[in-house]
Amino acid sequence: MAKNIVKTEYYKIDKKITFESGVEFGPITVAYETYGKLNDAKDNAILVIHALTGDAHAAGYHSENDKKAGWWDNMIGDGKAFDTSKYFVVSSNILGGCSGTTGPSSINPETGKPYGLSFPVFTIEDTVKIQKELLDYLGINSLYAVAGGSMGGMQAMQFVMSYPDMVKSAILIATTSRLSPQGIAFNAVGRNSIISDPNWNNGEYYDKENKPDRGLSTARMIGHITYLCEEAMYNKFGRKLQDKDHYDFHFDVDFQVESYLQHQGQIFVDRFDANSYLYITKAVDYYDPATKYGSLQNAFKPSDAKYLIISFDSDWLFPSVQSKEIVNTLMNLGKDVSYCEIKSPCGHDAFLLEYDVQSKIVKSFLDNHMTEKCNE
Amino acid sequence: MNKDYGKSKGLHLNYSIISDMIPENARVLDLGCGDGSLLKILKDKRQVRGNGIEISQNEVIQCLEKGLSVIQGDIDEGLKQFKDKTYDYVILNKTLQSTNNPEFVLEEMLRVGKKCIVSFPNFAYWRVRFYYFFTGNMPKSKVLPFEWYNTPNIHLLTIKDFFEFAQNHNFKIQSGIYTTRAHVRKGVQYNRFSNFFAEEAIFVISRD
Repeated sequence: MAKNIVKTEYYKIDKKITFESGVEFGPITVAYETYGKLNDAKDNAILVIHALTGDAHAAGYHSENDKKAGWWDNMIGDGKAFDTSKYFVVSSNILGGCSGTTGPSSINPETGKPYGLSFPVFTIEDTVKIQKELLDYLGINSLYAVAGGSMGGMQAMQFVMSYPDMVKSAILIATTSRLSPQGIAFNAVGRNSIISDPNWNNGEYYDKENKPDRGLSTARMIGHITYLCEEAMYNKFGRKLQDKDHYDFHFDVDFQVESYLQHQGQIFVDRFDANSYLYITKAVDYYDPATKYGSLQNAFKPSDAKYLIISFDSDWLFPSVQSKEIVNTLMNLGKDVSYCEIKSPCGHDAFLLEYDVQSKIVKSFLDNHMTEKCNE
Repeated sequence: MNKDYGKSKGLHLNYSIISDMIPENARVLDLGCGDGSLLKILKDKRQVRGNGIEISQNEVIQCLEKGLSVIQGDIDEGLKQFKDKTYDYVILNKTLQSTNNPEFVLEEMLRVGKKCIVSFPNFAYWRVRFYYFFTGNMPKSKVLPFEWYNTPNIHLLTIKDFFEFAQNHNFKIQSGIYTTRAHVRKGVQYNRFSNFFAEEAIFVISRD
């Protein structure tokens, strides 16, 4: 079968955007991709939002020789859960990221140098504002659905809160309305590891030969531990040794799990920017609509969107109990909400792995709700 | 909740009886809604606005495939997410006898629903009595097909028990329908005849 070739596009927001902190910032370039066609009524658009270290490339391939498909390729495409024969799917790289959207590694046009730490601290609400700017540019006034997992789920729910009249439905997967102190703690250790790398140099390393790779790769290793769970680690590695059958009595890699984490850390530094990691994890830590709006109820109240909420029973980073809190709040408000806790041995990573069940659920939710709309 | 038993004519009868009890456009919560068959009928025939709660992931998915709104959850944990009198009708169809704490579940239903519909297999049905009497084994039948060691029906009860329970727990039985195979009888007062001859009972109850 011929590969579905897609292309990353760029939109430059040529004005200053006011961030939640009060800072005015611009211009901002947004990297985005779209799949499927926007219909004449312009009411079939779905915004999908990536997780912590994702990018705009959610589906398809960039060339015939491209080996790696987009991060949600199993979910987005012709006949898939986000069926591109029906829906127009938009995906963009987060504000502050390093895959095409303006972030700390981008060149500040005023100085001709990368922003580094002069990039303003932003929040999930700010990232959603940028998503909205992109949709405005694409001529989309109404979203058939907004969907995301993990941090993408935070943005999806914030989108509903920020633009309650614009969203018909929201799909929130393996997410939370506020990260647990345990989650913040892991992010803090990750940031600490970057900041304490001497090569980080207060965020000014872009023109240096040595980058804070050690710090960033350690941060990623910590992240990966939180994305798995005990069972997943047993299944994946057990206590197996890496390419050997005895201990070597040294401090280099012995166990497969060590080797895996080291590998994940190493490949991460090639595609991710240490400063972006600091900024984005901070935005995740800050996110707390219940405090901002007075209560989670107040935050969700204005919108009449339909909700689909999915969690995974082995996810301890964004545990089911946090999804249930959202579900209960929405039920209490009398909103139309469905919730499924998927059994999975994969931990938080499940939202990128458990396609079979997830696809069935998402597809049923989207397609039925489309039929209902047509019958009205 | 398990509803494998009686997936036959009896089930259709059960659905149509419940469907007849519910006015159009009512707001309905179906506890232990299984694969959503009843809720789907109520949505199509009665245009209800409905939600289901179901513990099994597979059945939740089947509900979603039918286009229903469903929450995966355990009704034994209560209905604390709902305010008082949120629903016109809360349904507990063929599920009461398999809850861990029927008393708590019924109290929660009566709090959340203006009216509630409860159905269960009658353990005083004559065939059940005779089975036990003559064989000395735990009764099995079409509606109670399980062995004692694998049955989900851990709180079996009789129509008489339910009337006594209503009195002790301060709720009213507004109407009752007794079914035996295809035979249907109505009654709001307790009588021994129904307790003996009804295989299943469906009650509409309310707090006031």
